[in-house]
Amino acid sequence: MSDKLDQNEIERLKGLSNKDRYQIPRQTMPEQDPHERRKNFREVPHGLPPMTAVLEANRCIRCKKPGCVQGCPVGIDIPGFVGLVAAGDFLGGIRKMKETNMLPAICGRVCPQEEQCEKVCVTGKKGKPVAIGRLERFVADWEREQGKMETPLVGKPSGKSVGVVGCGPAGLTVAIDLRRAGHAVTIYEALHAPGGVLMYGIPEFRLPKKIVAAEVDVVSRMGVEIRYDYVVGKLETVDDLLKKHDAIFLGTGAGLPWFMGIPGENLCGVYSANEYLTRSNLMRAYDFPNCDTPIARSKRVAVVGGGNVAMDSARTAVRLGAEEVYLVYRRSETEMPARIEEIHHAKEEGIIFKILHNPVRYIGDDKGRVKQVECVRMELGEPDASGRRRPIVVKGSEFLIDVDTVVVAIGNGPNPLVPRTTRGLDVDPKKGTVMTDLNTMRTSKKGVFAGGDIAIGAATVILAMGHGRKAARSINHYLETGVWDIKYLPGEEPKTEQPEAKGQ
Amino acid sequence: MPQQNEVLENTVLAEKVNRYRIFAPEIASHRKAGQFVIIRMDENGERIPLTIADGDAKTGVLTLVVQSVGKSTARMTRLKPGERLLDVVGPLGSPTHIDRFGTVVVIGGGIGIAPAHPIAQALRAAGNKVISILGARTKSLLIMEEDMRRVSDEVVVCTDDGSYGKHGLVTDVLKELIAAQGKPDLVFAIGPVIMMKFVVKLTKEQQIPTLVSLNPIMVDGTGMCGGCRVSVGGETKFACVEGPEFDGLKVDFEELMKRQAFYREQEREAMERFEHECQIGLRV
Repeated sequence: MSDKLDQNEIERLKGLSNKDRYQIPRQTMPEQDPHERRKNFREVPHGLPPMTAVLEANRCIRCKKPGCVQGCPVGIDIPGFVGLVAAGDFLGGIRKMKETNMLPAICGRVCPQEEQCEKVCVTGKKGKPVAIGRLERFVADWEREQGKMETPLVGKPSGKSVGVVGCGPAGLTVAIDLRRAGHAVTIYEALHAPGGVLMYGIPEFRLPKKIVAAEVDVVSRMGVEIRYDYVVGKLETVDDLLKKHDAIFLGTGAGLPWFMGIPGENLCGVYSANEYLTRSNLMRAYDFPNCDTPIARSKRVAVVGGGNVAMDSARTAVRLGAEEVYLVYRRSETEMPARIEEIHHAKEEGIIFKILHNPVRYIGDDKGRVKQVECVRMELGEPDASGRRRPIVVKGSEFLIDVDTVVVAIGNGPNPLVPRTTRGLDVDPKKGTVMTDLNTMRTSKKGVFAGGDIAIGAATVILAMGHGRKAARSINHYLETGVWDIKYLPGEEPKTEQPEAKGQ
Repeated sequence: MPQQNEVLENTVLAEKVNRYRIFAPEIASHRKAGQFVIIRMDENGERIPLTIADGDAKTGVLTLVVQSVGKSTARMTRLKPGERLLDVVGPLGSPTHIDRFGTVVVIGGGIGIAPAHPIAQALRAAGNKVISILGARTKSLLIMEEDMRRVSDEVVVCTDDGSYGKHGLVTDVLKELIAAQGKPDLVFAIGPVIMMKFVVKLTKEQQIPTLVSLNPIMVDGTGMCGGCRVSVGGETKFACVEGPEFDGLKVDFEELMKRQAFYREQEREAMERFEHECQIGLRV
């Protein structure tokens, strides 16, 4: 399909009935051939061509009660922006998008739309849902490629200032919204680059770093000051920052990698996914020796886990030249937390799925390097606390896989650096998260707000952004009124009073 | 006023050992004994952890003493005053627990004398009797002897080849010291892993509490990657946040040495390439 806009076609599509719209198949996004992309770090999907985007947008029937908007953690006016794309007005589409989401090129790529907006899409009830995520990505890419990225207006200076700890999705969102309200904002970032997990965690082939840089650049142009290499808790504490700012937002993420605590986990070649991905993404070890940071030159890799981070690690290993990459997951594929698209891409790239398997120990050579992983087979029993069927070890099923690298991708806990160094900040003793009222994003410490993974444990980019948005509203309210002890933000009280629970 | 991260001075202290004075006022004023920084030379540079030798809150000057062991540290030796490091992050790690222990023997081996300096300084300020043992392979490699004399009650120097001070290893000196003066209340050992391992072997026999400062491979330095994990008393610790100082009697030094050697092949390649680029004039 041509890159040019076909006005006649746009006019024709305008006249379609809903019945006609249901007949349009969901448009596919062209992507790199799996054999080719195994050898490079370039982005896998190419994005929709303009007229394909117009056609896809015309699948939306603009229902009266759009569930998709409710399904979106940041409440994007989805029918609004999709309608403008359908009419070929891409500039209008991106402007509509940016009323609620300033990081659409990122969200369009990494949001689990199939679990959110697209899950409740009415068109999806009869066939496949409108490809909202692909359209979001389309308008964002269109704007950037046209060189037309607009800097949103900032509010009149309020005289107040807010310190944001962590430059990830939560921190960036809160910073944008606070600048719109006219507050001065400084982001304190521990690493040398912005973006948090967008930069160190998510690989280039899924989220090109120049796209993160471009969206962060807009944040800088809004007048947000970003202080890199600034480790809050070590250089200055949150208590110190409270002397410089009127409020603090904590968006420090889930940066603490979990290990399983099985024998051999400290052998050379056993990585946390955080380390493996940080070396490859943030430090660009895939370009060694042009870049100085090394990474294992692996032939046979086992990645442990079944989430998106496990998929990212396995797909990174393939691109770094590994010949065989195993994905070892203790439950079945149905229970995998990874997005279906990521699982599909991983399989296409030749990752060998060892589902219902679990590592029990790693065996090293005389140099202390991992050479084998001992696994057991698992079967599914009764549902556990998570509602998923509990994996049980099959007795006597031990066997060995030869590997030279292992990547442990079983999850991350909240980074303890800030919680440990802040006075009067309540922390969940079990999870290590900062106790945060999710209605107001307020913590136990006056003037300190939190959101994203530090508040709820490892979750998604878009949930962190939703928290950032809510926290910004809450911070605005606090800075205007000075009132700290509230249960709900004005206008967000529950519609019906919950009756008091009796006799319990 | 110098720029942030500007190199104010680069002095050769010994063969392959340089002292850098960097303008980093926030770190210089917040750092405590036992902490370290991570630096990055340029956009393609790796993040390398370096111990802090000194920091002056008044002038904002941070002092690093660095041994050239690989490409990044070799590149540092070419830094000229006025040039800037791209990133200096810190202070990282937990500060040394300073208390009034009594008599403390501070052992610095080779480049380890540099991080031993602020620790000896702080221990003495807290009212301890500080006896420092400085070890080097040979006389020309010995650094900071004068600095250490200023912060110690007593200093014993030894060299492996006998070219200066006592002929022998730091463990020989420690043995003699114990024989002459009795057991100290605490031993602090910083230096090559092999040196710390042998110091601990001795202090374990003598049941002397011993702290060591470890320098495993790390990336972020904030507890995020876990690359720096070390086994201490059978438990896994992240040296960047829970260390870098640990109870030496419990550290698995064998594992640490193996983990430190993991990227040796790549390190050699990077170094060879760098030297080649220098030779053919690609780097000036």
